[in-house]
Amino acid sequence: MAAVAITLGVAVATATIAIATDIGDKVSEELRSFGANISVVPQEDTLDLNVGGVNIKPASEGAYLNEAELPKIKGIFWRNNIRGFAPFLSTSVQARSGAESRNVELIGTYFAKQLRYGKDEFVEGVTKTSPWWKVQGEWPADDSQRVLVGARLAQGLNVKPGDALTVAGRQLTVAGVLRTGAGEEDAVVGPLTLAQDIAGKPGVVRSILVSAVTKPEDAFARTDPRTLKGPAYDRWYCSPYALSIAHQIEEVIPNAHAEQIRRVAQNEGKVLNRIKGLMLLITIAALCAAALAVSAAMATAIMERRTEVGLMKAMGADNSSVAALFMTEAGVLATIGGVVGFALGGVLAAQIGRSIFNSSISLQPVLFPIVLAVAFLVTYGGSIASIRRAVRLDPAHVLRGSQ
Amino acid sequence: MSRSRMFFRVLLRPLIVRRGSSAIAVLAVVVAATAATAMLTLFTDVQAKLRGDFRGYGANLIITSKADATLPADALHKVDAQLGASESAAPFGYVIAKANGQAVVVGGLDVQRTRKIDPFWMVGSWPEHGKALLGSRAAKQFGKGDLSLEFRGKRITVRQAGILLTGSTEDSRIYMPLEDFTAWTGLGADTIEIAADRKPQDVSALVNSLASALPGAYVRPIKQITEAEAKVFGKARSTLLIAVIIIIVISALCVLATLTSSVLDRRKDFAVMKALGASPQLASALFACEATLLGAAGAVLGFCLGIAVAFLIGRLNFQAVVLPQWDVFPMVLVGSIALTILAALIPMALLSQTQPAVILKGE
Repeated sequence: MAAVAITLGVAVATATIAIATDIGDKVSEELRSFGANISVVPQEDTLDLNVGGVNIKPASEGAYLNEAELPKIKGIFWRNNIRGFAPFLSTSVQARSGAESRNVELIGTYFAKQLRYGKDEFVEGVTKTSPWWKVQGEWPADDSQRVLVGARLAQGLNVKPGDALTVAGRQLTVAGVLRTGAGEEDAVVGPLTLAQDIAGKPGVVRSILVSAVTKPEDAFARTDPRTLKGPAYDRWYCSPYALSIAHQIEEVIPNAHAEQIRRVAQNEGKVLNRIKGLMLLITIAALCAAALAVSAAMATAIMERRTEVGLMKAMGADNSSVAALFMTEAGVLATIGGVVGFALGGVLAAQIGRSIFNSSISLQPVLFPIVLAVAFLVTYGGSIASIRRAVRLDPAHVLRGSQ
Repeated sequence: MSRSRMFFRVLLRPLIVRRGSSAIAVLAVVVAATAATAMLTLFTDVQAKLRGDFRGYGANLIITSKADATLPADALHKVDAQLGASESAAPFGYVIAKANGQAVVVGGLDVQRTRKIDPFWMVGSWPEHGKALLGSRAAKQFGKGDLSLEFRGKRITVRQAGILLTGSTEDSRIYMPLEDFTAWTGLGADTIEIAADRKPQDVSALVNSLASALPGAYVRPIKQITEAEAKVFGKARSTLLIAVIIIIVISALCVLATLTSSVLDRRKDFAVMKALGASPQLASALFACEATLLGAAGAVLGFCLGIAVAFLIGRLNFQAVVLPQWDVFPMVLVGSIALTILAALIPMALLSQTQPAVILKGE
């Protein structure tokens, strides 16, 4: 029974430690559902004229970024932290369906576009950066003449998926109706190439939204990179702060100005630290509970063997050999329980990871010695008091069965 | 000596005579009850605290006027009337004006309310009467001097107060106090942003009741925030719940193991009772009553300790007070007593099949 208790205790300890060490990464990943945290615009751009999410700046005005440079975002130092990006180019158009006609914004973007950088192939677009966009119907392909119509506009124009829609004199098909809870509901959203064609601006984009997994901002993150020198600059550059990732994007895309979107970026650290702190405290509580469970099991296991101790002592065993026997036994139990518990805990953590985060929580091998040490500590800690009591037993009393 | 007095004597004396093992049994229950209370209390309270943290993302509801109109003057009052103490709303008015001859979006805002609802705005100094706050891109465009604004032929000159950085569309705008904005343009607020601090289904209810209070306006949740919040919150909650269940289960198992063996230790008492003529039911009832007493004592002590632990964790992680959740107490009490009775009755069932003589002979 003691072995079972140790195994169980170690398994729980392993699982909670594994979850606690991994929860930061998992929550960072989940926080990406708040959308892009870095925006990239041309350096010399004129001001946006955006009210209520609808952009009314003429497409002919201001500066642009080159679409061909986009894949380079996947070539920066922190490329593996880039979870997605989407370019935007919008222009005012007239949308007509039957007798209804409106002046609306046509937003061109990537939906799920296949891109290449060097040998890497990847898919980018709003489906990655804006998971809250919901389409009734289907998403258009990135090279099609099919568009999404914002939900409020669709109501006004009285169109549904599959209908024809005339945009700027072109005959297009409505692939789906888009719900975003924001300004896009009054607009037509189409493939980037289509918007470029209609605006007469081939190969350019107005802005890029980038969604990156970042490290919470601290005082060091806010220092101006231009004032940093040598190792301090390297440290800043090689930390995945939103600011340093923005800096790296500016390096690869000419004339770009990248800025963290503070609404999304600023709160991430707070939420992340809160959840991490909570898991840490829960882990400590789980460790304490596991330790107490093991101690209790060891104590009862030893007390049950009083008569055995009495017999050994009656036959001439001294205190130290009785103690040594129990200590060795505890050691063997701790080792077996530690190893089996570690394996079980790994399985438990992986299971929890899959059921909650849809991704496995990997067990760091470096945890093994720590977990084994915890198993020993807890087993000995739990048995020491009982062993001392067992050693002090008077064989005559024990064997007669009185206390 | 009457029968009931005898019963209580046999029930209570062992608790005093065998102080050591009674204490160990109570201790085991206390540990489990403490863990359960602390975890359940935290779990209930943490959800509210986490929701508060998500309000750092700013508004999650937005009210906009229908095309080319402003919201009625009493709209903000109507909104305020439906909000709780931890919730806030901020009115904004927007027009497209010309600043130094160039088209720009000019917004009116309520400084106090905006500061509260948009904590992520990085602002040099907030504008007071006669001054304007410039978005960082607008500031780059217009330089440092006074700004002359024109809207539908009405002109106004404002001094610059500070620079605003959000990394979003606000950077291209100019903001001024809403009173100045109304005095200049003759228009009131056309947008109200709301940070509602409540459960997702209650947020939908709020959307509906606001929509019926303000028939001339669109009320909608900002899906970017509400959906992501629900998702992240759900994951954090499930992780916590699993950890809490694991802790409670392991402490329950620990109690079961300790108590079962301590009851087994007393098989001789059981055998003596039976040899003296007690029915197995009476003996079992005696042990069950003892278990109930220990369980109740452990639950009460554990509940108090658990509140303290939860309070401590709340202070450490949330810098906030975690209040005792009294509805946790019945759960902990019933759980502890059920656990101890189970721990007492399992060995009783095993022993009742054995002859007292066998036990007393020590075989």
